[in-house]
Amino acid sequence: MSERRHEAGEVVLRLQGITKRFGALTANSDINLTLRQGEILALLGENGAGKTTLMNILFGHYVADEGRVEVFGRPLPPGNPRAALAAGIGMVHQHFTLADNLSVMDNIRLGTEPLFSRGRSRTSVRGQIEQLSRDFGLAVHPDARVGNLSVGERQRVEILKALYRKARILILDEPTAVLTPQESDALFKTLRKATELGLSIVFISHKLHEVMAIAGRCIVLRHGRVVGEVFTDATDRAKLAAMMVGGEVAMPKAEPREAGPVLLQLEQVTTPDKGASPWLKRVDLALRRGQIVGLAGVSGNGQTAIADLVSGLARPASGRLIVSDKPVDQWSPRQALGHGIARIPEDRHKTGTIADFTLTENAVLERYTNPEFSRAGWMNWRAAEAFARNIITKYDVRCPGPDSRIRLLSGGNMQKLILGRVLEPGPQIILANQPVRGLDVGAIAYIHAQLIAARNAGAAVLLISEDLDEITSLADVIHVLSEGRLSPGFPRSSKTPAELGLWMAGQGFERVEHAA
Amino acid sequence: MSELFDILVSAGFWAAVIRIASPLIFATIGELICERAGVLNLGIEGIMVIGAFTGWLAVYQGMPLWAGVGVAMGAGMLFGLLHATLTVPFGLSQHVVGLGITLLATSTSSFAYRLVLPEVTSPPKIEPFQPLPIPFLSDIPVLGEALFSQTALTYLAFGVAILVAWVLFRTPLGLALRATGENPSAVEAQGLSVTGIRMGAVILGSGLMAVGGAFLTLSAFSSFYFEMVNGRGWICVALVVFGAWRPGKAVLGAILFAAFDALQIRLQQTPIGALLPYQIFLMAPYFMSILALILMSRRAEVPASLMVPYNKGER
Repeated sequence: MSERRHEAGEVVLRLQGITKRFGALTANSDINLTLRQGEILALLGENGAGKTTLMNILFGHYVADEGRVEVFGRPLPPGNPRAALAAGIGMVHQHFTLADNLSVMDNIRLGTEPLFSRGRSRTSVRGQIEQLSRDFGLAVHPDARVGNLSVGERQRVEILKALYRKARILILDEPTAVLTPQESDALFKTLRKATELGLSIVFISHKLHEVMAIAGRCIVLRHGRVVGEVFTDATDRAKLAAMMVGGEVAMPKAEPREAGPVLLQLEQVTTPDKGASPWLKRVDLALRRGQIVGLAGVSGNGQTAIADLVSGLARPASGRLIVSDKPVDQWSPRQALGHGIARIPEDRHKTGTIADFTLTENAVLERYTNPEFSRAGWMNWRAAEAFARNIITKYDVRCPGPDSRIRLLSGGNMQKLILGRVLEPGPQIILANQPVRGLDVGAIAYIHAQLIAARNAGAAVLLISEDLDEITSLADVIHVLSEGRLSPGFPRSSKTPAELGLWMAGQGFERVEHAA
Repeated sequence: MSELFDILVSAGFWAAVIRIASPLIFATIGELICERAGVLNLGIEGIMVIGAFTGWLAVYQGMPLWAGVGVAMGAGMLFGLLHATLTVPFGLSQHVVGLGITLLATSTSSFAYRLVLPEVTSPPKIEPFQPLPIPFLSDIPVLGEALFSQTALTYLAFGVAILVAWVLFRTPLGLALRATGENPSAVEAQGLSVTGIRMGAVILGSGLMAVGGAFLTLSAFSSFYFEMVNGRGWICVALVVFGAWRPGKAVLGAILFAAFDALQIRLQQTPIGALLPYQIFLMAPYFMSILALILMSRRAEVPASLMVPYNKGER
């Protein structure tokens, strides 16, 4: 198995003593790294460990405070993407850098020709792109408009951009975060092909199974420092996970528990048909004190409609919404909050936080009218900041401070702030919509443990997730959503994943409907 | 109705349409370049005034007409440099800077005019560009008089529009410009300078706006009045939207607006003109532009990063 080690050739990239600080936060601290010809090196670490910062320094988006970068033995001038490109570095960013209004071909050729020239002919550019597409198995139409492409296709365009520039070193930042499992497999094939053709690859990820599958060597980052360097054939997932989070990670398990009275109930609820998103069809759902209700199913089958109903963004078209034994007819987000309903929204960037607001402002976003934080229309910022500080320490939010803008935080830390905002007031009902999407092992374990603790303290939790493992390990009662229909509630462990999968595909609903 | 028909088939009417459209074409193309790079340039109204004034002044002081055009362009580029410096590297609000430039440029023109000519009551005239009939083409009935018996500046306006369209859609420079207005980080990631491209676009675009202003003094009216630009700059901002950020469509929009303008002047002299207050006619082109904008701009694709300052290295 040590074959892969010997294949590695000369050093193509060397980072020495890289240190980068953002204000009080040290994102990278004295990092050393070497990449050899033809290898796939994984850069593993939790969110906020400093992986992306390191690669942005390498690519010239940031300038390091200390340290140097050598590419093919030559020092790379800092803070200059153009120099990085010229040295043969190609970067596939986590957030794609493509212009939606342009064709695939135009995005690829952008910046590769002198500005004040006629440029290469379209035919020859198209020919070269098609050749690269074939060689690397990156199927995409050169004349398609990027705005119309799927996420997977866009990523292929990003890789083609680097290959078209004859990049010798490819850096991929969390490339699989946005891909389906099938697309990930195709990507891995492309990457293996690329190394066969002599490219060297840095693969940034926090997904252990991917790192084990694709990389030969793995460097682990924690809190901005290199904490380990291992060959993947000499380690296993558990060891890597322990290195990444700095100790064993125990995935929390919810012990069975007696459920209390019903806090919120949907009775034969139907929502209006709004075209694109599916509407709910006569849904019955009950949230009980001290119980986690899991909603399984593929996204887009009515999850949003249920989340909107519970959080007050939508009202039933027919049927009844009963909160604390009283049917409600006036229903708004403010009333939902007033009833002790707290939400962890599906998209923390769009509906969870305001990017340019500070942590303090975001922490009191839903409760600023509370007498604790404002009186007679005047904000009590001192109380708000104390509240934010409390969340930051209690929930281990890594940040420069309560006054920094929340956009500077990694996804996991942002989610921890939201979690603190949700849990601190002691909510009756918690709506957790995809609470761990895009988070790493440590953060997932933490958030799950907090949800279980809230349940044990008597809250009713509605957990919406596409991840069946998450649902089966946490939920006391599982419902499946399929095309706006909700299955009956299945008690914990009463159904196998395969049986739940059949419900997700829409089987079983007819029998229930007949019986009713 | 027969009057309307007579107007629409007369060569004089179409000649006027093309003449009225010319300054709008210069300025609209200038604004379009700025916006394609992601910068809204509301300095346009004032920069047109500066162009009209400096172009006229240069010729009044004895310089040749083409030198006047050059001086106007240079003055416009100077104000463009100011706009670009404030909005691109400093990332200030494009609305505030643009309106500030308009106020500054307009009042600078008035001030300089009074400094140069403290005692003159009626605006002095210069010898403007003369019509330059193109051999053979100008002999075509109606069309010849309308299109090919214009001044050299009008031909230049159409030439500039064609050149800009070609650069925009057929060269690496145009590609970089279109990408900058859509997603600056894509441009940065490909090793190009977003700041450089945006500043260049604003400076060049402002130069064209000033030439549009100079058209008014050097080709249309032959003297300088304070109110002569009279909202044309704002119309050009609307024409860019109307043209969906495409030079060809923007030129069509300019011609359409000019046609309404030329038509209302002529309609005032017909029996209809005796029935309605003349203000209705003055209003008509603007009313029609609003209507056209509503109809046309629904499908328009705004450059996604228009008015969004770009800060390198910010998440």
